[in-house]
Amino acid sequence: MQKEYRSVTEISGPLILVNQVEGVKYDELVEIEMPSGKLRSGKVLEISTDTALIQVFEGTEGLDIGLTKIRFKGKSLEIPVAKEMMGRVFNGLGKPIDGAPDILPEKSLDINGEPINPYARDYPNDFIQTGISSIDGLNTLSRGQKLPIFSGAGLPHSQLAAQIAHQATVLKKGESFAVVFAAMGITFEEAEFFMESFRETGAIENAVLFINLASDPAIERIATPRVALTCAEFLAFEKDTHVLVILTDMTNYCESLREVSAARKEVPGRRGYPGYLYTDLAMLYERAGRIKGKKGSITTIPILTMPEDDKTHPIPDLTGYITEGQLILSRELHRKGIYPPMDVMPSLSRLKDKGIGAHKTREDHSDLSNQLFAAYARGRDVRELMVVLGEGALNDVDKQFLRFADEFEDQYIRQGVSDNRTVFETLDLGWKLLAQLPREELKRVKQSEIDKYMPKESK
Amino acid sequence: MNKGKGKITKVSGPLIIAENIPGARMADVVRVGEQKLIGEIIEIRGKDASIQVYEETSGLGPEDPVETTGLPLSVELAPGLLGTIFDGIQRPLAAIEKESGAFIGRGIEVPALDRKKKWEFKATAQKGNKVKTGDILGTVQETSLIVHKIMVPEEVEGEITDIKSGNFTIEETVAEIQGAQQLHKINMIQKSPVRKRRPLKSKIAVSEPLITGQRIIDTLFTIGIGGTACIPGPFGSGKTVVQHQLAKWANVDIVVFVGCGERGNEMTDVLLEFPKLKDPKSGKPLMERTIMIANTSNMPIAAREASVYTGATIAEYYRDMGYNVALMADSTSRWAEALREMSGRLEEMPGEEGYPAYLGTRLAEFYERSGIGLCQASEERKGSLSIIGSVSPPGGDLSEPVVQNTLRVVKVFWGLDYKLAHKRHFPAINWLLSYSLYLNNIKKYLKEKVSPEFEGLRIETMQLLQRESELEEIVRLVGLESLSEHDQLIMLTTKSIREDFLYQSAFDPVDQYSTLSKQYLLLKTILFFHSLAKKALSEGKELSSIEKIRSRQLIAKARFIPEDEVEARIKELEEQIKSEFKSL
Ligand SMILES: Nc1ncnc2c1ncn2[C@@H]1O[C@H](COP(=O)(O)OP(=O)(O)OP(=O)(O)O)[C@@H](O)[C@H]1O
Ligand SMILES: [Mg+2]
Repeated sequence: MQKEYRSVTEISGPLILVNQVEGVKYDELVEIEMPSGKLRSGKVLEISTDTALIQVFEGTEGLDIGLTKIRFKGKSLEIPVAKEMMGRVFNGLGKPIDGAPDILPEKSLDINGEPINPYARDYPNDFIQTGISSIDGLNTLSRGQKLPIFSGAGLPHSQLAAQIAHQATVLKKGESFAVVFAAMGITFEEAEFFMESFRETGAIENAVLFINLASDPAIERIATPRVALTCAEFLAFEKDTHVLVILTDMTNYCESLREVSAARKEVPGRRGYPGYLYTDLAMLYERAGRIKGKKGSITTIPILTMPEDDKTHPIPDLTGYITEGQLILSRELHRKGIYPPMDVMPSLSRLKDKGIGAHKTREDHSDLSNQLFAAYARGRDVRELMVVLGEGALNDVDKQFLRFADEFEDQYIRQGVSDNRTVFETLDLGWKLLAQLPREELKRVKQSEIDKYMPKESK
Repeated sequence: MNKGKGKITKVSGPLIIAENIPGARMADVVRVGEQKLIGEIIEIRGKDASIQVYEETSGLGPEDPVETTGLPLSVELAPGLLGTIFDGIQRPLAAIEKESGAFIGRGIEVPALDRKKKWEFKATAQKGNKVKTGDILGTVQETSLIVHKIMVPEEVEGEITDIKSGNFTIEETVAEIQGAQQLHKINMIQKSPVRKRRPLKSKIAVSEPLITGQRIIDTLFTIGIGGTACIPGPFGSGKTVVQHQLAKWANVDIVVFVGCGERGNEMTDVLLEFPKLKDPKSGKPLMERTIMIANTSNMPIAAREASVYTGATIAEYYRDMGYNVALMADSTSRWAEALREMSGRLEEMPGEEGYPAYLGTRLAEFYERSGIGLCQASEERKGSLSIIGSVSPPGGDLSEPVVQNTLRVVKVFWGLDYKLAHKRHFPAINWLLSYSLYLNNIKKYLKEKVSPEFEGLRIETMQLLQRESELEEIVRLVGLESLSEHDQLIMLTTKSIREDFLYQSAFDPVDQYSTLSKQYLLLKTILFFHSLAKKALSEGKELSSIEKIRSRQLIAKARFIPEDEVEARIKELEEQIKSEFKSL
């Protein structure tokens, strides 16, 4: 049944064209045998009567016209999955690279998955304590949420992601937890950093790693997050596990997508990225979530480095349009030596309001965080004003807000890489900082909350 | 083997090309492949038909069969629509879940509406009545909130020869109408092609506000009943929250919410929350007046394109019964992108940013489905459809084609501002940028139903806000101290307008909705304070002492006063303001 073709007629970038084919299906998995006898894999991007356009995951170097053999596999790209994937390391296409034997598959799953029926979803409103004040206090993460980190070259996003992965594992009794980590085009050092930190904290036993390094084939990256998410879905929805998926670096993923699009000579959208980038990213990010009647969940933290720190660049822009908020890192805070350099103003967790409050965290959480935002915003405005007009232009209240902003950055945002604060510590810290401001300026908190939570010794 | 069928010659993502489909007609629905996936013909050239497929095309290939159904893409209209969530081509998601579990499989065939359920039909027309399209034959209590009117379908006219009350399924005959040529058996289900507008008999001018309970919208940038509005804004600026607020609180009878290429969790949110929320007028669950269309960003893109039309057609159907209907589309940009995607695959000449040249026409056609007027019927029956679309411009750039083409057709513009959103000023509608072209239409209504002073307050508010932005420029350059006390007072008042009136939390049980009279009273109080303060300044009083007036803090909390106490407490507050100024 499986036919073999030697009719490659064109090789261009990551694509090849095969003629005189028969019975080929769209999106089908393809096996490519190079003249050297080595095997590569690809998938059908377009098929017309007798011509198939194929994208080769491992790149086209070394392929030729004449000797290269093409076999169509009659199914789309699948990966074997099993619970015992935990603790293992795979390449970007899901093949083990840790020297240990192949896994014993419980199942084989199509990496594209299927869309979750919105009717079957359960709302992500279970608070996850990350131990990081700027997240737990202001932009809380919920189980089943997709919350990206927008970073820039040289900023400590990896450190932050590793800290979240480690500290977020605090769970109710009897729940199982896993980290699925997908590296796309990152450096060996970065990948090593993650593995080392997983090892250090013991998280490695519950981690599944899919590694495509900068030196690995670029087109393979298009499959990597899909492979990882397929594994995550299996663990979450068939093995009752709470899975945290870290995808890094989405920017590299998008570059690969652009490369394929350019090779297909598609009409480019903004900055040369394909017009379907939004939909393509949505197919990945929307795989996060909870499902009614299932115990597990998928929480996704995609990491992306913004080219030129530009939030309006298509990659962060379209990501922000899909995810449920974003955590943005600030170069300015990083320069000031503040870790994590969380830019809390433009950062946002959209699921915050439903994941906090009485019974979840504490009744004052929502008003308190609004008040902190408002006060910090005002303090920053004053800081800007001072730059233009000098300190003389500031009145007393302005100065109080300025001091508040400084202390907020220094005590609330700043914390150590292994400083794991409970949400209550975070909330109390917020009240402590607010106590230095005039009461009548605190419009977002209720009097009853002030009475109950504001430290008494302050006037 | 595949007699009566054409065959695929090319598959490229959601677009396929098939040749020799017997009876192929433009815009007809076809079934593709062995799984009979649903598609629609979008172009015909010679023997080749281009088809957009509403399901994932993975696994299709040349030689696979394609056959036409001979019908255009249509929706089913009958009792059972309310409270239901459908996908972009009106497949009920609950039924899909039953068939294929938590994940949406392919080739699932489920009827849009329940065929077995019996509804109690009460005939209101009688044997012997002469009726034509749109005339009401009888009613069904569809939910405890809404009476569904069974209307004479398109192209049927004549004399009722039989009609009976009783319990029927939607496919059972409830009436017979003798037409000029034939006897029509009428049941409760109608089919309507989605891309064709269901016309009104005549349109009339907008004259009443669509009351949303959102202060900045109702007071400053009102949308009229039967009108159109758009909400453009960058990600996270609050488009969806505004749309949800409108879906919850707008004073319409029916809401159709189209989640077009957006998040799954947002639809779940509505599904879980609306059944718990009560309609302010009737106390009944809001879900009973709501219909949802969900084609989320990860669902097939072609069905996303169809989803807004599916929603519009259902909305028009309820409008035809004489209801006020609101359609929310979140987000029209995702719809436009679906259009662009198909256009690109068809290798059409791209226009601006790759969008097809007909983007503007399509947008105009869509918003033109709004309006208030007389419905098709012998009697005088008024109905309306208001359309509110969000727009998601790349990078928040308002000069991009979808925003620009939308602004050309809609009458209200709520421009969201990321700067306000970052400061957590919600709704982040920029008051200097936004506008409403209905203000003249609704003048009379506000004067008669709320207060003759309402308009004056609005004008003064806008003038103050305008002045504030000029003053801010000065402050930025030379500092607040350089302003005259009068100008500083303006800054004080506009701060109060912004924080105590325009700011409105969507999550606070009291603050999330304000009646027009509460809005009026709140604004009146702020401006009343302003007028006394102005007077005090010109009498030589110090601004710093005005700033210390205690009632200012009460103004700041006034938005939390429950509706039933508002009048009394605002009166008290006014007295207090007066007396505090006296003793200044
Ligand atoms: N009226 C409001 N009151 C309180 N919070 C609000 C309000 N409006 C918006 N927000 C906050 O802003 C967040 C983002 O709003 P929303 O989801 O409506 O943005 P959006 O413009 O639809 O973004 P996207 O284009 O990505 O869908 C909300 O999750 C909420 O936290
Ligand atoms: Mg939205």
